[in-house]
Amino acid sequence: MERPLVRRHHWIVRLTHWATVILLGGMIASGLQIYEAYARFGGRGGPFFPNPFTNTVFPGWSRLGGWLAGALNWHFALMWPLVTVGLLYLGYLVGSGEWRSLLFRPRDVRGAFEMTKYYLHLRRDHPPQGKHNPLQKLAYTGIYLFGVLAVLTGIAIYKPLQFAWLTALFGGFQAARYWHFWIVWIFILFTITHVILVFTVDPASLRAMLTGEYRGRFPSHD
Amino acid sequence: MTRATDRRGFLKLAAAGGAAGLVAACGWDGGARLRPSLLGISRVNDWVGEHILFSPSRLAPTYGVAQRSAMLPSYFISAVTPMLEDPKAWRLRVTGLVRRPLELTLDQLMGMPRVSYTVEHHCVEGWSAIATWQGLRVSAVVERCEPLATARYINFLSFDSDYANGWDLASAMHPQTILAYGMNDNPLPPAHGAPLRLYSPTKLGYKMTKYLVSMTFTATRPGGYWEDQGYPWFGGI
Repeated sequence: MERPLVRRHHWIVRLTHWATVILLGGMIASGLQIYEAYARFGGRGGPFFPNPFTNTVFPGWSRLGGWLAGALNWHFALMWPLVTVGLLYLGYLVGSGEWRSLLFRPRDVRGAFEMTKYYLHLRRDHPPQGKHNPLQKLAYTGIYLFGVLAVLTGIAIYKPLQFAWLTALFGGFQAARYWHFWIVWIFILFTITHVILVFTVDPASLRAMLTGEYRGRFPSHD
Repeated sequence: MTRATDRRGFLKLAAAGGAAGLVAACGWDGGARLRPSLLGISRVNDWVGEHILFSPSRLAPTYGVAQRSAMLPSYFISAVTPMLEDPKAWRLRVTGLVRRPLELTLDQLMGMPRVSYTVEHHCVEGWSAIATWQGLRVSAVVERCEPLATARYINFLSFDSDYANGWDLASAMHPQTILAYGMNDNPLPPAHGAPLRLYSPTKLGYKMTKYLVSMTFTATRPGGYWEDQGYPWFGGI
């Protein structure tokens, strides 16, 4: 017997999800163009932070803006809608109570180990779960926190005098640039893993993120 | 029904992905249609930087001379290092919307109260370097020339192929905004803007006009060499 269709994602969640895909893509692409102007981390004369991308020019298709000024203007334009989308999403989660099925809490630690065992084939049956399993909660909580960190390191680079305390907190201007850059790779790794898991584990979730309706193997609510 | 929604969803996804791919390709700066909007948002960011984030009294952190960087790159737009033919004839002209226009010699400027600090220089490209600067406060010149109430900006002009920068008055009046004639305890070298350059740890490097010839007080916002090409006008950090 086929499971019934259920409402899984509110339109705010779907809208902010796809808006983030486009806006974050633009932020990363313009960021890679900005990086080209001084493709290393550390003050003039060094020493430089360890970085496999020292002096790397990223391929043309991955860069946005054409030159430094163009890329800065993209970056400083897209930052506003991206932060707005992030706050709208957070506001929805808090207002609807949806955060309960997404926030990783201490009580999820045990379940996270059980899920890891399952993925490593150390456990046969899929542990019972609500809308999201504990590892998903860890990933979705973590990626939001990295988003917050991307904004804070961004502010530390954007206004290192007006927010000198924040820049100092990240270890100075060049260190803040360094962390801002590494968060990009976390976003990219997250996205690759996320897309692979959607198609291999729960393809019905793609439709749910587009239309809101879900008919798949996992329960829709906690 | 199910199949139709799936197809529609997939097309939506493909359109979004395609648009993002198109945007990323070929280093697009927004083109004739989007670039004006991007520059408009840049003006909003200038306003936020100038009126919300900028503090007229917050000072940049200072460093010890031992922390100076081994090097600080020099930039000018002329083909060769701009040099004065007759350094003795050089004057800083202070003009525009002022009650008392001035023509100041280097000796006169060096006779005014001296400021020295070691600060981190931030380039828009992303590099930074620590150096020491000696000079006099721009505010000291402003007090002497007595700007009219209508003066809201200063245009700093150079003899480096007319390189110039427009500044808001508040940033110019910041206690760490100086006209520098010394760098790292030496006279300002030609590569860094001799005989006199604007320096301020409150702004990005491209806002600090080197090879100064004049300060013109204006009521309307002056542009600038890089600013007119799309770099943020305020350039405050």
